[in-house]
Amino acid sequence: MAEKEIDELTGLPTTGHEWDGIKELNSPIPRWWIYTFYVTIVWGIAFMIAMPSIPLVNDYTKGVLGFSQRDSVRQDIVDARAAQSGFRDRIEQASLEEIRDIPDLFDFAVAGGKSAFSVNCSQCHGAGGAGAPGFPNLNDDAWIWGGNPDEIFDTIRVGIRSDHPDTRFNQMPAFLADELLTREEVSDVVEHVLQISGQDHDEDAAGRGKAVFVEQCSSCHQESGKGVRELGGPNLTDAIWLYGGSRDEIRKTVATARNGVMPAWEDRLDEVTRKQLATYVHALGGGE
Amino acid sequence: MSDAVLAPPVETVDVEPVNKKGRRTLNKKRSKIYPKRARGNFRRFKWILMIVTLGIYYVTPWLRWDRGVNAPDQAVLLDLPARRFYFFFIEIWPQEVFFITGLLILAAMGLFLTAATVGRAWCGYACPQTVWTDLFIAVERFWEGDRNSRMRLDRASWSLGKIGRKISKHISWILIAVSTGGAWVFYFADAPALAVELANFEAATPTYVWIGLLTAFTYMFGGHAREAVCTYMCPWPRIQAALADEDTLIVNFDDVRGEPRGSHKANQGWEGRGDCVDCNQCVAVCPMGIDIRDGLQLECISCALCIDACNDVMDKVGRPPNLISYGTLSMADQTARGEAPKFKLFRGRTFLYSGMIILVAAIMVYALASRPIVSASVQHERSPLFTTMSDGSVRNAYTLKIANKRHEDRRFELMVIGLEGADVSRVGGDGGLPVFTVGPDKIDAFHVFVTVPRDRVVSARDLEFVLTDTGSGDVARTDSSFQGPTR
Repeated sequence: MAEKEIDELTGLPTTGHEWDGIKELNSPIPRWWIYTFYVTIVWGIAFMIAMPSIPLVNDYTKGVLGFSQRDSVRQDIVDARAAQSGFRDRIEQASLEEIRDIPDLFDFAVAGGKSAFSVNCSQCHGAGGAGAPGFPNLNDDAWIWGGNPDEIFDTIRVGIRSDHPDTRFNQMPAFLADELLTREEVSDVVEHVLQISGQDHDEDAAGRGKAVFVEQCSSCHQESGKGVRELGGPNLTDAIWLYGGSRDEIRKTVATARNGVMPAWEDRLDEVTRKQLATYVHALGGGE
Repeated sequence: MSDAVLAPPVETVDVEPVNKKGRRTLNKKRSKIYPKRARGNFRRFKWILMIVTLGIYYVTPWLRWDRGVNAPDQAVLLDLPARRFYFFFIEIWPQEVFFITGLLILAAMGLFLTAATVGRAWCGYACPQTVWTDLFIAVERFWEGDRNSRMRLDRASWSLGKIGRKISKHISWILIAVSTGGAWVFYFADAPALAVELANFEAATPTYVWIGLLTAFTYMFGGHAREAVCTYMCPWPRIQAALADEDTLIVNFDDVRGEPRGSHKANQGWEGRGDCVDCNQCVAVCPMGIDIRDGLQLECISCALCIDACNDVMDKVGRPPNLISYGTLSMADQTARGEAPKFKLFRGRTFLYSGMIILVAAIMVYALASRPIVSASVQHERSPLFTTMSDGSVRNAYTLKIANKRHEDRRFELMVIGLEGADVSRVGGDGGLPVFTVGPDKIDAFHVFVTVPRDRVVSARDLEFVLTDTGSGDVARTDSSFQGPTR
């Protein structure tokens, strides 16, 4: 390209390329574009030096600025905690009753409790505490171990049949499996439970079952079947069944017993979070 | 001969239109335009419009409008953080942005109507690009003189005087640009408070970023890009071509009267020649750098400065004015046929656009006047869908959102219609009819339970939530459903 050939018609230089007499004009891209391109190259190199960029075998180049996304997330969490510390301190000092009476504290506790519930509790209790067979629905007003905020807080703290020394504990015997009752006695007592919970039942069998119930079950469930909360004996006369209220499900419960477990959260969640959880669960609507 | 009046000589300008036919090439470099100052009616009209439009732009954010204690008192305020738009007596919430759509439709239709009747009046007089370019050219003229001295200055070698003039010009431009960007941000915050913050360098970073951006673009578009914005960047000239017809007003050179053109000496007669003395004054004053005698062109913004320039010349040579004038293509045809030209304003499209403007405006006024000042929405809780209580009753939970568009506290009572025996209660309420207090200009969310006794339980039923303002009696209704166990 020692000398440029100039196209007569346009006055522009050609590239020197020719196809069947057609020559290509040399119309370079605008200079501002090229300069922008150079700037991006410089930027790219500077970025590679400044920021973590090149993967190595066991590590990666850290960059002279020492930026790390993990650190910045960690810092974000610390900052968020700091931003919430005013609320968290107040929650720590307030009783659960007081939290319910202070609107902004209550809103903060419910929001935090909801978030902690989704992470820690919803695996068993379901989103929104909807529950499932074997896992109590926390929206309703039936509470085996008590439904006021302090009782809920305590249940969260120690768990149920957990490895916590103060755990809430009871155990229903497996009446048939352990041969405490005969098959007929089990059937009779099931009919009695169906009767006291207002369901269809066999009148004769229920009559016979009442005696068995008084002898075997009333220590935990009371003679009336309304349960004993201190012992964790569920109310059998209401419409709510943890393991199902049909004849088959009740028979299975009596025959083989069911003893669900809830872990203790004292060592896993801090007190503020547990207070938030208790406030949230109580506010689901069934709290006492 | 009576025609041989001694006329003062007319200066012929050596100027080449930027888009001369036959010289257009694909790779043509942009040639710098030195618009000459025009004098006349249209120039005066443009000065007045410049003062009015710039005045509107700079003054609007400072207008106050009393909305009561709980609301901002700025007449026009786009409060993005609070998500409220205020236009004098109108307040728009985020869910009402369709009013903005309506405004945009109105603006588009208004532009269509203008384009179909008076042509590119927007481009020539009111477009910010035109107004600011005009202002920037005026500033340039102040520091560097009119066309000839500007060209001389650019050709001259660098001297202290040249540097001084150039720097003064650019500083003036940047000052105008800064105040343009500075005025923009006042639309988005309380103007007096923001002005104090800006003066103390305490305003939020985005404020400075926006001022910087608008300063850069104003300086670039008004000072440097100028006509290139209209010719290359703006889509409107292209759309315009589809909206104009033979009855649309354009700036037109009367070639029947004007041609054949040629220079005219003071003692020459006018027989056998056109009135155009080929002085190129019309090209020299054109901010777009075109020659209107080449006919209607995409570049022409209809600013009519060439009319002023030509009338000036016609006056000097003693010929009637309006060799270049506003007219339509059909008027030009009528003139060519020797008929009296007649401007046709009322056409199908004038009626169509006007009709659409009236229709959209009517719909908007109606919608604005009848829009609710309270609105409610209900969301059914989905997990759990329903809860069976120990007495066998079934309870559904809802999130009730109430939007209070008044600038005062309001109390609402909630009722539920459509389900017999249903009891409505509020979480945290003390029994009785649930009552909700919503703060001024606010949306609040509440949790609500609807409970149905055991013997009335249904598996699914539509519900209507009725919210009544205990003060004014305003009612808001919204639908939802009740869910129960399937039997």
